[in-house]
Amino acid sequence: MLATVVARLVQMAFVMFGISVLVFLIFFATPGSDPAARIAGRNASPETVEQIRHDFGFDRPLPVQYVVMMKRLFVTRDLTSFVNRGQKVIPEVLDAIPATLSLVGGAAVLWVLGSLAVGVAAAALRDTAVDRGLMILSLIGISAPVFWLGEVANLLSQSRYHDTWLFSWVPGLGYVPLSESVSGWFKALVIPWITLAVLYIGIYGRVLRANLIEAYSEDYIRTARAKGLSPTRIMLRHALRTSLLPFITMFGLDFGALVGGAALLTEVVFGINGIGRLTFHALQNLDLPVILATVIYASFFVVAANALVDVLYAVIDPRVRA
Amino acid sequence: MSPLLDVRHLRVTFTTDGGPVTAVHDVSFAVQPGEVLAVVGESGSGKSVSLLSVLGLVDRRRTVVEGEATFRGEPILGLSERALRRIRGRDIALISQDPMTALTPVHRIGDQIAEQIRAHERVSRHAARDRTVALLRDVNIPMPERAVDRYPHELSGGMRQRAVIAMALSCNPALLVADEPTTALDTTVQAQVLDMLRRLSAQHGSSVVLITHDMGVVAEMATRVAVMYAGRIVETGTVAELFDDPWHPYTWGLLDSIPPLTGPRPRRLPSIAGMPPPPGRTEPGCPFAPRCRAAMPICRLPPPEQVAGGHRALCVLDAPTRAALRPPRVAA
Repeated sequence: MLATVVARLVQMAFVMFGISVLVFLIFFATPGSDPAARIAGRNASPETVEQIRHDFGFDRPLPVQYVVMMKRLFVTRDLTSFVNRGQKVIPEVLDAIPATLSLVGGAAVLWVLGSLAVGVAAAALRDTAVDRGLMILSLIGISAPVFWLGEVANLLSQSRYHDTWLFSWVPGLGYVPLSESVSGWFKALVIPWITLAVLYIGIYGRVLRANLIEAYSEDYIRTARAKGLSPTRIMLRHALRTSLLPFITMFGLDFGALVGGAALLTEVVFGINGIGRLTFHALQNLDLPVILATVIYASFFVVAANALVDVLYAVIDPRVRA
Repeated sequence: MSPLLDVRHLRVTFTTDGGPVTAVHDVSFAVQPGEVLAVVGESGSGKSVSLLSVLGLVDRRRTVVEGEATFRGEPILGLSERALRRIRGRDIALISQDPMTALTPVHRIGDQIAEQIRAHERVSRHAARDRTVALLRDVNIPMPERAVDRYPHELSGGMRQRAVIAMALSCNPALLVADEPTTALDTTVQAQVLDMLRRLSAQHGSSVVLITHDMGVVAEMATRVAVMYAGRIVETGTVAELFDDPWHPYTWGLLDSIPPLTGPRPRRLPSIAGMPPPPGRTEPGCPFAPRCRAAMPICRLPPPEQVAGGHRALCVLDAPTRAALRPPRVAA
């Protein structure tokens, strides 16, 4: 087991190195995206561009540029933004992480519990009105765009009905750090959590239902029924347990991507200054150091989430264990 | 002696997209305490469905089960799922055909057996485990103390089927339904598993319904035989009656397809020409007539039941005609 984990960590480091090289090359060595010209701005004289190129080290060989960049990113941590001169990149990213982690983590709890409930209930009551109703609701949840859902939630809770008993507790938009106030953190995030989770509850619930129904046609479910086990036990211990692998795979991918910035729309709608927004603004300004930092940060979460999925696989399915 | 399981006029109809399809027509059979009843027939003849529907193990939403069945004198058809649950596993246990898929892949085999014990009896985890080890020893699994903690994929097919049998026997069931228990196994393992099944069912006092298509297995194991064709029992009797004096031409065909043990081997074993009728067939006549070498115009009418003691067959042929059509096989 330990050897597997170590091998996995080495693999992770390797993948992340590859990603950092790739990102570096895309932004610093792609024809047409001359970073010096970009920083110098429009109408800059060739001399200024040349000066900037020299100042930022863009006239040195690519491997050297890469090493310098990585050193400033990870070792000295003094890489500064190209756009807001003097603003350091690392603290900026570190500030955004807790907001995104809070948003995505809370939503993930909701969507895992919610979709387990939806999938299990629909499969157990297959072909009944409950099943059909849940599947239609899921489809609506999947189809409702998160920015629309978020705006509707804001409209209701922030303006229209803000003064009624129902929504008077809702604070203004924005993120409240957990360290500042636990209840404030919760109140500020609970509506964003639900908004973000709805889509995933729909997708995961439907996938889980399909997998459970497939499991129910397996011989071992008939064995379990022939043993005289209760329907609950058959569902949870035999059907659900063997249906979780695709669920976990999807969770790893989605969670990694969301923490890495894919929660952008939710962050924008609810005014949460997270990684998604940071990345988005950096892209708008082609702020290469910030992009580099956020992409490497995001890749870390995607890779880490997938490594975690591999470990969970082994926990859940003995056939995966070496 | 009253039968342990008594099934009368069982009729099973599946609702399919193409309309209702009757898989079992008017099937009656009884299992006496301590006996081994073999139900023989080719794939799709309704042998598994008959037994599974008695146990309520068919898809209830798509299946209509009609007729009567009593287990120990109490009606069993139409019982609620909750009441059936108390019978399943404890009084009637099932051994499935394919040991590769019959066990849940993610749980240790010991846990799966102990789970059944604890579903029916109030015993501690520890006691259930001890009983599981003993059961695994009974089915000749080497090192049972370690085998309890193995996952299904770590065992061979034969070992898995032994574990399935141990699980079936775990609550001393009065009746074991073995659905082609050796079909998926190697020939050498088949004999061992059959031996063990016979020894243990006798030891536990369980009756057995053995579903099979293998007449060799029937001769080896059974006391009585029911031959099924196209959802009907076409002939039933003791093993001796059926093997020495088969009445139904379908039974002849089954028996003739066993290779002889002595004398010159035929170059090709005889087979029954043609295919079984499609399940949706509605003609009233004998379903075997299109493939029957003794078919007559009268076979287009529903075949009469001939009875002599416990020996019954659904066929018009009388004894002299049978004797003329099927010369007795030369005894060894």
